[in-house]
Amino acid sequence: MFDRYSIFSLARNALSSHQNWPRAWRNPAPRRRYAAIIVGGGGHGLATAYYLAREYGIRDVAVLERGLIGLGNSGRNTTIVRSNYLWDASAQLYEHSLKIWERLSREINYNVMFSQRGVLNLAHDAHGLRELRRRVEANRLNGIDSEILSTAQVQRQVPALNCAPDARYPILGASFQRRGGVARHDALVWGLARAVDALGIDIIQHCEVTAIRQAGGRIIGVDTSRGPIDARTVGVAVAGHSSVLAHMAGFRLPLQSHPLQAFVSEPIKPVLDTVVMSNTVHVYVSQSDKGELVVGAGMDGYKSYSQRGSFPIVEATVNALVELFPSFRRLKMLRQWAGIVDVAPDASPIISRTPVGGLYFNCGWGTGGFKATPGSGHVFAHLLATGEPHPLGEPFTLDRFVTGALVDEHGAAAVAH
Amino acid sequence: MLLIPCPWCGPRDETEFTCGGEAHIVTPRAPEDLDDEAWGEFLYLRTNPKGRCAERWVHTHGCRRWFNVLRDTVTERILTVYEVGARPPQAGDD
Ligand SMILES: Cc1cc2nc3c(=O)[nH]c(=O)nc-3n(C[C@H](O)[C@H](O)[C@H](O)COP(=O)(O)OP(=O)(O)OC[C@H]3O[C@@H](n4cnc5c(N)ncnc54)[C@H](O)[C@@H]3O)c2cc1C
Ligand SMILES: [Zn+2]
Repeated sequence: MFDRYSIFSLARNALSSHQNWPRAWRNPAPRRRYAAIIVGGGGHGLATAYYLAREYGIRDVAVLERGLIGLGNSGRNTTIVRSNYLWDASAQLYEHSLKIWERLSREINYNVMFSQRGVLNLAHDAHGLRELRRRVEANRLNGIDSEILSTAQVQRQVPALNCAPDARYPILGASFQRRGGVARHDALVWGLARAVDALGIDIIQHCEVTAIRQAGGRIIGVDTSRGPIDARTVGVAVAGHSSVLAHMAGFRLPLQSHPLQAFVSEPIKPVLDTVVMSNTVHVYVSQSDKGELVVGAGMDGYKSYSQRGSFPIVEATVNALVELFPSFRRLKMLRQWAGIVDVAPDASPIISRTPVGGLYFNCGWGTGGFKATPGSGHVFAHLLATGEPHPLGEPFTLDRFVTGALVDEHGAAAVAH
Repeated sequence: MLLIPCPWCGPRDETEFTCGGEAHIVTPRAPEDLDDEAWGEFLYLRTNPKGRCAERWVHTHGCRRWFNVLRDTVTERILTVYEVGARPPQAGDD
């Protein structure tokens, strides 16, 4: 196991000016063969490896990452965590994950800075409010904390928000999940990497999978930029690049890859102590511990792998932001970026077997998979270890695109996170 | 910002257009003859290529006509536009 982080280790290392902290994970060269390979060193891949070792005792595992871990969507997202999804299947999956978030820092001895500051979803018209009510009632039936706030309650919660009746986007009410909030994205990746490494799993960076080797309809290994590696079980968690990996294996997925953007403002004094989301005008905002406003935008309307995002989206998002928060008008935005998100027709994830035996995919998390990271890893590890879907994962296999049993979460997910 | 060369109106900003997804997907003539697998494939499975892709676009806030676009999803370059129903041209440069 690793050196435990604690107040005592902090004090001890302070004595040597923090020059002697051990490295948090190794940087091994790939071996020629593993029992299982995970492709993709984002949060989902690392969480999968973690549960493979911890719950199923499978430690002969490598996580292959093309670049550095956590530089994909795991390190590019606006870190909103919540579980107030409409349908039973999604509500249960995301709530499973939220429950893990509540104990994760202790479990992996790494502060993921999960801050349950609440998540508001605004309604700007009568229909929007009815939809929120419906979602709140559905959440409660699933045992998920969820409530409706009146305009006055919203104003009390977020004084900076323009709740005037003549606002361009009048606020008729909001749903509120108090257990929702934000976390530190890098901390999740680094904490999981440290835990995974301590369990004996190899995290191999700068190792791009370039081909999927098969024999007799099942997987026997992968080719990588660091040579061939054999494995009879391969789990793919590469988000926006899922279709590229599927193409290597000779099949197609019901996914489209789109850029999704975010930006941060210059840091300011505390002004926003919760998360505000508006699906109608496509803007999401919270304030980081550093004081920056973290602003999430909508998705580009066409597919792309460019990781840039288009300017009209920036314009629309900033427009919406300053209508909702007039006092943000004079803030400068410091950084802008995009991640490539893999969106399924029903805006729900895919955790599934594939036409190739021993090859499994965990994808389609699109604009909203950060919150699901630990739960997704847990459910996917079950599938890899047993070959059978976890009960929470059953509605999310590829079969639904044949049977038509889609899990339509456009209302709850769509462009929102 | 993409500058999309509408075959009828010339180059216009992307905000005037709507992308209609992958081109050259033929609607089955007799859907009732298909099994669920084939129907699901028609509805949902897409190539989603990293690189060159053929798509349908419509000039929503302009002439409102549909056409096909050959575009590179990595460089964002539009390689060529061509008529709906025509075969994808073999654009020379990448
Ligand atoms: C701007 C933005 C805002 C978002 N906001 C939120 C939010 O507020 N809340 C929320 O819940 N979700 C949000 N999301 C979605 C969330 O970020 C993702 O769903 C989630 O992080 C996906 O994690 P992952 O581990 O599957 O993917 P990633 O972190 O992208 O990891 C995939 C990894 O696979 C690697 N890879 C790709 N191809 C190969 C290959 N051939 N060989 C080896 N490795 C390869 C990549 O380099 C990458 O590191 C947002 C996304 C974006 C882009
Ligand atoms: Zn036109």
